[in-house]
Amino acid sequence: MISNTSALELIQAVDQADSSDSLLDAVEALADARLEEASPKLIAVLSYNNPGAAVAAVDGLVQLGEVAVLPLLNLMDDYNYGGRAWAIRALAGIADPRALETLLEAAATDFAMSVRRAAARGLGNLNWSKMLPSGVNPAQKRVFATLQLTSQDAEWVVRYATAVAWQGLGSSVKLSQPDLVGKIIAQLEQMLANDADLAVRTRVQLALKQLEEIES
Amino acid sequence: MESSPEIYTEVDSPEYLTVEQAIVNLKGEDQGLQYYAAWWLGKFRVREPEAIEALILALEDERNRTESGGYPLRRNAAKALGKLGELQAVPALIACLDCSDFYVRESAAESLEMLGDRSCVPQLMKLLAGGVAANQPIPGCPHLPQPCGAVIEALGSLGATEAIDIIEPFLQHPVELVQYATARAMYQLTQNPSYGDRLVQALRGDKLQLRRAALSDLGAIGYLPAAEAISETLAENSLKLISLKGLLELYVKNYSTGSSSVSDTAIHLMNLMDDLL
Repeated sequence: MISNTSALELIQAVDQADSSDSLLDAVEALADARLEEASPKLIAVLSYNNPGAAVAAVDGLVQLGEVAVLPLLNLMDDYNYGGRAWAIRALAGIADPRALETLLEAAATDFAMSVRRAAARGLGNLNWSKMLPSGVNPAQKRVFATLQLTSQDAEWVVRYATAVAWQGLGSSVKLSQPDLVGKIIAQLEQMLANDADLAVRTRVQLALKQLEEIES
Repeated sequence: MESSPEIYTEVDSPEYLTVEQAIVNLKGEDQGLQYYAAWWLGKFRVREPEAIEALILALEDERNRTESGGYPLRRNAAKALGKLGELQAVPALIACLDCSDFYVRESAAESLEMLGDRSCVPQLMKLLAGGVAANQPIPGCPHLPQPCGAVIEALGSLGATEAIDIIEPFLQHPVELVQYATARAMYQLTQNPSYGDRLVQALRGDKLQLRRAALSDLGAIGYLPAAEAISETLAENSLKLISLKGLLELYVKNYSTGSSSVSDTAIHLMNLMDDLL
């Protein structure tokens, strides 16, 4: 009961915040309390258009971990791209594979680049051991196919996130699907040869270097 | 200083026009279509000779006027020409620095910066005549007498070291954005870290709009000691990523050994960027 009382107080403090600074403080306090019942309020904060508070809320949701996944999937704000991008970031940080379908769709089709980049990054970071073993290989192939799409995105930052994701996916499939690692390296080499942005090419180089290190 | 709201745009713009139609519209009679076509040609980087010529002609437009005497079509044409990278636009843009419309002068200064041709330096310096005293805020007016920020940034990017003495006093200008523009240009012209540090300090300021401007400036000058402060300031991750991209690219360009190895400094910058995705 103590936890419920304090959760209520902490949530009220977020609602009553009357300045950017006091909102940030209230959200940080709510996030630090690590209370499961705080999830809906932390998710609501993602749409307040306050980057400081959103960062604190994402941190709080990632710390809550698995228990925040279903609320995030159910309460995500489809009409506010800022809020959606932060929710995708939280799902990517938690890395629970139940978010797979949401991340695949967001990476491939969302109209906001901040959503696509967060989703692409999250796809490379999923905790595959939490998935039924029989589902893992096909799911990883779908992630590969989606990352092929995002590697051609018009926005540099989505392509940059794709390089990060390929490094992550390549590391996690090293033992289970060595042929997929080869395909990932081939994709990265193609980006290195063709991408228009120096920052993207530099990140691709780093991904290749990391993948070669785990290969040997 | 970054006055364009465009870099904050998250949503990808659809293409409503074709190149041919945009050029037809720009040469046509409908002022609304002309205005939109000028913007569109810049946005989609249309470098057809016919588009360039029509845009240069639009810099002398007399028909499209605001109530207070401004020239909206000239403003858009000047902005577009900066994005198209064709140096034949330089003389006409220099002429725009004398336009009676402040926003035409500002757009021309920004575009001359982008085109990177130093022939405009003397005329840019003229706009700073009278220094800070001549460029105080005007009560009731949304802009200064001259587009000081844009002019100072252009002089910095163009490497106009002959302008250092007239730029430096603007560090004391009452408008913060002008101070930032000055710090940015002074860093570019002198490589003195105290000017970069002035911008890092700005990342700790109270106003989001000013922190955004400082992010943009630090990215533009690629000031490496700012990396952590950039990643930690309270602003949108998209803007922090663009800023860090500026640091990374300038560093790799200047220090790349040509081999396939990635330096520790570059890796450090990319670790910061990865965490912001």
